[in-house]
Amino acid sequence: MNEYIYYPGCSLKGGSKHYEESLLPVLKKIGMEIEEMNDWNCCGATAYFAVDDTIAAALCGRNLSIAEKAGCHVMAPCAGCFLTMKKSNTFLTEGSNKAQKVLTDLKTTGCEYKGTVKVRHPLEIFIQEIGLDTIKEKVENKLTGLKVACYYGCQLVRPYTDFDDPDYPETMDNLMEAMGAEAVDYSAKTLCCGGSLTGTIENIGKGLNYVLLKEAKKKGADVIVTLCPLCQFNLEIMAAKVSKEYKEDYKIPVLYFTQLMGLALGIPKEDLGFKRSIISLKNMWQKINNGGAK
Amino acid sequence: MDIQRKVKFEEELDKNFLDEIKDMSGCEEIDKCIQCGACSSSCPMAVYMDHPPRKIISFIKNGFKEEALKSFTIWLCASCYTCQVRCPAKIKITDVMYALKRKAIEEKVYPNRLQPPVLAQEMCKLIAKNGRNSELWLVVNMYIKLKNPLGMLKMAPLGINLMKTGRMSLKKEKIKNRKQLRTLLNEVKENAK
Repeated sequence: MNEYIYYPGCSLKGGSKHYEESLLPVLKKIGMEIEEMNDWNCCGATAYFAVDDTIAAALCGRNLSIAEKAGCHVMAPCAGCFLTMKKSNTFLTEGSNKAQKVLTDLKTTGCEYKGTVKVRHPLEIFIQEIGLDTIKEKVENKLTGLKVACYYGCQLVRPYTDFDDPDYPETMDNLMEAMGAEAVDYSAKTLCCGGSLTGTIENIGKGLNYVLLKEAKKKGADVIVTLCPLCQFNLEIMAAKVSKEYKEDYKIPVLYFTQLMGLALGIPKEDLGFKRSIISLKNMWQKINNGGAK
Repeated sequence: MDIQRKVKFEEELDKNFLDEIKDMSGCEEIDKCIQCGACSSSCPMAVYMDHPPRKIISFIKNGFKEEALKSFTIWLCASCYTCQVRCPAKIKITDVMYALKRKAIEEKVYPNRLQPPVLAQEMCKLIAKNGRNSELWLVVNMYIKLKNPLGMLKMAPLGINLMKTGRMSLKKEKIKNRKQLRTLLNEVKENAK
């Protein structure tokens, strides 16, 4: 297996602490030693592509250079960071004149990048490198009876489609089934949550998240499982607003896939960041306890 | 009643616009658009847009610079990349939208007091200065720039909820080697000219 370095990105140190809090113990449990990237900077997100795309590439170039010096590939759990870094990595290594200039600037400022680093998401690594069977062997508490809607959002599956299907991906569903949960047929799994737009133009955000929440409820999901901080945030925050507007209760728990994975792998629930949920998890715990998981 | 002219004469078009955009990253293939509309029909934001994505591409190809740069459409693109993976001509439509956003900011022609362009610019300022984003300060800076204290006030209940669960703090996140980052960004800016 490849050696990885952990790139948390700003969200996992801020509003999505529970993603980091659940990811790290899961990695430990499945035997992946991993260190955090030293003095990493923000990937620039979607914002820098809209303002200055060469700077966007340079920001990622600095991080890629740190990983390269450490002799590691990058593990990026935030789908936004994952795409931004992968996109910039492609740009930097494709040999255009614009890219050459950025590579020279990186070199003169002590961040030389030769182009040897791969950027991967933990879900990719779990499925393609560790393997479902290996992870399944480590399950201690099957999540029997728990119905989950796996929500992939956009940026892990698009535009780079080498890992899973861009419209109907299934890797997270397979992982959740391996944990003993039942993955419902969630047809909204790759529709957009609005990204940062949900925070700026709320009415649009409400419309988009209504579709996602309604479909999860219709399919009988007890919980929506996500792999991106912005998806998790938008769904959880918009649930109350959508419920009010459409006069129906859409307050379904929205968790990270690593939180449920951790639970199934026998990590104590206190160590998986569940206390950070704004939506009540009471019904979910009841379901899990009835199903046999601790 | 005011009668508005809906046609544009040829001499009013910007003939260089297509070449200008084609020079930007990801826009090289824009000529290949066959106007099939797969982008518009797959776009989750199309219902909110003033012009669907297909029309934006047509604007570019035909020199309707003002219509393209001043549209709300480009700012409603949330970078979901659905159109880009569906486009039969393999045009990187999301990258085209990014290019138009950059051009609109450069020429300061985006709709006044529209939040997305302000958010993007404020986020870039924070990152260039500190090397990292701080969610709370980003929101505060955006509302100051928009001169919208009421908007900020409306965010307070959410802020409190996030503080209670330890998901938001007043701390400004910073990297250690800010000097290196600043030198790098200055170099890139200088040499890209």
